[in-house]
Amino acid sequence: MMSRFRLDLLVLLVFALHFAPSLSDLVISKLDRRIDLTSQIVRVTLTLKVENTGTDPVSEVSLTFPEHQANNLALLVAVSTEGKGKSRGAATNLPIKIKQPNDSPASLIWYAASLPKELGKGESLNLDVLAVFTHVLRPFPEKITQAESQLFLFQDSAHFASPYDVKIQSLTVKLPSENVESYTKLEKTKFSGSEIKYGPYENLPAFSYSPVIVHFPSNKPFVVAKELVREIEISHWGNVQVTEHYNIIHGGAQSTGEFSRLDFQARPHVRGASAVRNLIAMLPPRAHSIYYRDAIGNISTSNIYGDSSKTLLEIEPRYPMFGGWKTSFTIGYGLPLQDCLFQLGGTRFLNITFGSPMNDVVLPEGSRDISVSVPFPVKQSQVTTFSHLDIAGRPTVVVEKVNVVPEHNQYFQVHYKFSNLSLLTEPLMLIFGFFSVFVACIIYMHADFTISKSSASYLAKLQWDEVQGTIQQLQDIINRCLLIHDKLEASLRELSRTGDVQACKAVRKSADNLLKDLSKELKPLLAILQSSPQAAHVLPKVEELVVKERDLQEKIMLKHTMVVDSYEKKSGGRDLENRVASIQQKISALKQEVDDLVEFIEDI
Amino acid sequence: MVSKSDTMKPTHQPDLSSKPPLPFSFKSFKLKTKQQELLIRVSILCLVYILAFITRLFSVLRYESMIHEFDPYFNYRTTLYLTEKGFYEFWNWFDSESWYPLGRIIGGTLYPGLMVTAALIYWILLFLRFTVHIREVCVLTAPFFASNTTIVAYLFGKEVWDTGAGLVAAALIAICPGYISRSVAGSYDNEGVAIFALLLTFYLFVKAVNTGSLAWALGSAFGYFYMVSAWGGYVFIINLIPLYVLVLLVVGRYSMRLYVAYNCMYIVGMLLAMQIRFVGFQHVQSGEHMAAMGVFFLIQVFYFLAWVKHLLNDTKLFQALLRIGVTSAVGVGAIALGLGTASGYISPWTGRFYSLLDPTYAKDHIPIIASVSEHQPTAWSSFMFDFHILLFLFPAGLYFCFKRLSDATIFIVMYGLTSMYFAGVMVRLILVATPAVCLISAIAVSATIKNLTQIIRGKTGQTVSAKGTSTAKGSSKQQASVDQSIPFLKNGATILLFGAFYLLSRYAIHCTWVTSEAYSSPSIVLAARGAHGQRVIFDDYREAYFWLRQNTPSDAKIMSWWDYGYQITAMGNRTVIVDNNTWNNTHIATVGRAMSSYEDEAYEIMRSLDVDYVLVVFGGVTGYSSDDINKFLWMVRIGGGVFPVIKEPDYLVNGEYRVDKGAAPKMLNCLMYKLCYYRFGELTTEYGKPPGYDRARGVEIGNKDVKLEYLEEAFTTSNWIVRIYKVKPPTNRW
Repeated sequence: MMSRFRLDLLVLLVFALHFAPSLSDLVISKLDRRIDLTSQIVRVTLTLKVENTGTDPVSEVSLTFPEHQANNLALLVAVSTEGKGKSRGAATNLPIKIKQPNDSPASLIWYAASLPKELGKGESLNLDVLAVFTHVLRPFPEKITQAESQLFLFQDSAHFASPYDVKIQSLTVKLPSENVESYTKLEKTKFSGSEIKYGPYENLPAFSYSPVIVHFPSNKPFVVAKELVREIEISHWGNVQVTEHYNIIHGGAQSTGEFSRLDFQARPHVRGASAVRNLIAMLPPRAHSIYYRDAIGNISTSNIYGDSSKTLLEIEPRYPMFGGWKTSFTIGYGLPLQDCLFQLGGTRFLNITFGSPMNDVVLPEGSRDISVSVPFPVKQSQVTTFSHLDIAGRPTVVVEKVNVVPEHNQYFQVHYKFSNLSLLTEPLMLIFGFFSVFVACIIYMHADFTISKSSASYLAKLQWDEVQGTIQQLQDIINRCLLIHDKLEASLRELSRTGDVQACKAVRKSADNLLKDLSKELKPLLAILQSSPQAAHVLPKVEELVVKERDLQEKIMLKHTMVVDSYEKKSGGRDLENRVASIQQKISALKQEVDDLVEFIEDI
Repeated sequence: MVSKSDTMKPTHQPDLSSKPPLPFSFKSFKLKTKQQELLIRVSILCLVYILAFITRLFSVLRYESMIHEFDPYFNYRTTLYLTEKGFYEFWNWFDSESWYPLGRIIGGTLYPGLMVTAALIYWILLFLRFTVHIREVCVLTAPFFASNTTIVAYLFGKEVWDTGAGLVAAALIAICPGYISRSVAGSYDNEGVAIFALLLTFYLFVKAVNTGSLAWALGSAFGYFYMVSAWGGYVFIINLIPLYVLVLLVVGRYSMRLYVAYNCMYIVGMLLAMQIRFVGFQHVQSGEHMAAMGVFFLIQVFYFLAWVKHLLNDTKLFQALLRIGVTSAVGVGAIALGLGTASGYISPWTGRFYSLLDPTYAKDHIPIIASVSEHQPTAWSSFMFDFHILLFLFPAGLYFCFKRLSDATIFIVMYGLTSMYFAGVMVRLILVATPAVCLISAIAVSATIKNLTQIIRGKTGQTVSAKGTSTAKGSSKQQASVDQSIPFLKNGATILLFGAFYLLSRYAIHCTWVTSEAYSSPSIVLAARGAHGQRVIFDDYREAYFWLRQNTPSDAKIMSWWDYGYQITAMGNRTVIVDNNTWNNTHIATVGRAMSSYEDEAYEIMRSLDVDYVLVVFGGVTGYSSDDINKFLWMVRIGGGVFPVIKEPDYLVNGEYRVDKGAAPKMLNCLMYKLCYYRFGELTTEYGKPPGYDRARGVEIGNKDVKLEYLEEAFTTSNWIVRIYKVKPPTNRW
């Protein structure tokens, strides 16, 4: 690894020397470079002052990076500011694209930043460039034991490989701690605190090169997500569900030899300094229903802290991660819809941070006219996913980007059109589903599925059904009779209150008629029962019921007549009371019997 | 009632009668008694159905939706395979990830009913566009089938006794701990669906016997097929039903209904059962199934004799024929059985079957069966724990059954008595006894309460259930006499009724308590109370399995005791040497031998098995008692059963098993001891105790200076419950 690495630089150097004189209209009058090595992501900040010394106006500035760095370049941003000091103008973000001159060596990658306006003769411009690299720190030694701490190697040139001459330039390397194993000592090298300063060097020609190696300890978590997929599912019922699938590895020095839990527990910061114990995920402030699990279930080691601006989820993998150890897990949370979905004219748009190399935005079923706007170049595609109660599937926008660093955590938008009526399809489908189940049940209950319509058992069943129907009718009639009895009793009560004899008589008359009609209706039913062999065992009871009921009828009529008569004659008295009482006793007994019989018949 | 004095006096009260009198409207809108009864019955059944489901969800609420225990992990893994690869791949699956280097033919050595059921539910849900995860389906399969069992119990109770008994049976079985223990959410095991299938088969068979209908017998055959596909316990059905038929024949209850039911059920059931690869020709060849065949032939003889009797009108001649016929039939059967056994066509009974009939058999002959805790004989306390009041109601129910003897009650009595015996032999068979106990107890409860309420209502026919029909007059007379003769009858009945309700409510409370406390722990995640009363979770198993899954080569072979085999393959996704399907005793004995040998000898064995990692479970730090040290004697016994170099007395001191200073030297230096206690001597586990104090056994360990030569510690979980060691490659010879 190391040797190949150096060879690259050497080749670069050789080419650079040959290549130098071709581009020299621009001159960099001042260049400050800061390299931040405090985390696994290397951030290089360049501050340049560019001056046009040539005659032709220049419209773009070239920045070059050696190939091994350019391959790991995650982000390159150039900001130009005009003027000087306090009178600096507004910063403008320059568009950057790769522009490789034909005669350039392959080991040097050129990035051209187009200037907002051409730089005329003698004019100057301030440029701030941020370049973010991943995977440029190499663990050395590559394998360590549990007790050793992790060392990294960083290589670069003390001179920025600029295609232009540089008048003054300096380099500052920021280390994570004050310890350093070794570093290249050039002239004008200063090590103070946790910073190594090279320079300032003056009047350097283009592509000047001076290799620098820094070897330093760092036990900062060196976590690399090999795969990270984020699913954002929008539900117009009020929730945006975010699910993030992580597949991470400790990308630092490989762990070798024994892992001793005893040592790790006893002195965690000495024996196990390089291990990753926990990770912090920063979630939006109103995230709810947060979960953290993996392929085999919930992981019980996590904590949540939150305030109004963010929610912090502290996730601890199932085991401490040493170099080379892997793990995978899933985090999910819900967001209130109104926090990230907005309406603009007829379209809706989702506004959410890009925070993952692969974002799957699942839009509700029936979304149309989908478009995505992302502030940096990405790969886009559209697929269809199926979820609960989908027929056509949900349109899903897949936004992909390789090499994502925290700086990419910017908002992006997905625009689409969606009719509110589509919301109702799924509930309606459910309603219809249940409805059809019930209808099917009703049809089943009422349909006759007998194959052999002439079999004895089927006929018997038919007959029995008929008997049951008849008994049902008979029972209805009896019940109506009983109702009429109640009416008669009620009329007596009425009489006692109002003394209206005529009304009471009228009631009796109508009741009498009704009862007669009913008894007429009863006859054919009884005849059916008598003729049916199936009814043989219930017939005695039914007949008894009919007889008892008639008896009851007569008794009640008798009582009614007696009371009304006595009212008419105004001849109350003990005698009548006694007679009524005796009849009343009989009536109660009969009533009881009839009730019991009715109950019995109901049970058939 | 209107009082007469009111009737007489004309009074002038405000007129309220314009309002329709209440009794009228009420009576006309009132549902008929029959409809009321239907409504109440259906709503009770619905409630019981839901109750049976939700009472099993404690573990999901307390922990999460996860698979429990050991065997369910295998079932889950195979279900996953089935849903991913389809049925044919599943059927032909040769699993090279277990029993290394032998492998296992999964399709031919499992009961696929459970997996196919879960996969079918999953596919149906997918078809209906419910995109659930297969894990959720697996977790909820057992509660779902428990709910279905309540419906079958209701139908069965209705068939055997009456609707009331059916309802009580459904309610009792819904919450009976004996059944819940195997059917909580996440307990994705064969028993979960098998109890449903068992009860369904029995119900359909009884129905077939009662009606003599081919259709019900066919239904019962299919129920039996489902049972065979789901659980090895089908042997119970195929022996109980012939036994029942035999009893009916002996007591002279032979009927055409019985003939139709049994023949159809046996023949169709047998043909269907033979379609399951794991059963196959065993169904006609193995000793366990011979009783069914014998009874099948016997019932043909009965049929023949009945026909002859019909032809011959001479009873004396028939008696002689009967004697000759039955004797020769039994003789021929015995000879055929003898010949078949001698020629090897009929295989003898398996050890498992023997151990059921003779509880001491396994202890002497098959240590691998005896080593499983759920194969131990049942303690009386487990009966009390699992049945509670049903234990007292069971004899009462038997009394009622004997009082109203019919084909159906004879069946339920036989089912109850035989399964109770088996429940006494093995703890896990309490499960089989549970439905019978619930049904018989339900009969007791239902009959008692019915009698009591009839006395209390005291209107008519309180003796209907006992005496049958008596005329209304007779009953009213009886009522009068009863009322006079026992004045406190009503009060007594009321008190008894309250007593019954009190008992039943205690039962409900007990069941809920047992479910929540004892049967809802997934056993893969351990929970304990911390010093301040907070819940402490020990998730060490999954920590270790996930570590294996992520940080070992994908072809690594893991050696562990067989208990953890299924979990390692399912959660760790790595190859294991032995697992819970204990089909090869020698292979398990080899692992047992490695664990109980010195390190260098063990290294040879591990090299020969290509072992890369060794996993041991150790509870010394947390006080978790079901760890490998406590299981170690079984490893020694099983290992010693095959390899006589391992001798149990070498590990004991005066017949005592100990790990402290007084332990046997071989014990202190065997592989298992070293792996469990490696560097444990440096750890202080409890305040005020010396370092190396083993909390699971409560002693200071005897060998604190454990050095490993051929293995190195690869991973130990945060509470030391699982320790994984890497087998070092052989040292370079030059």
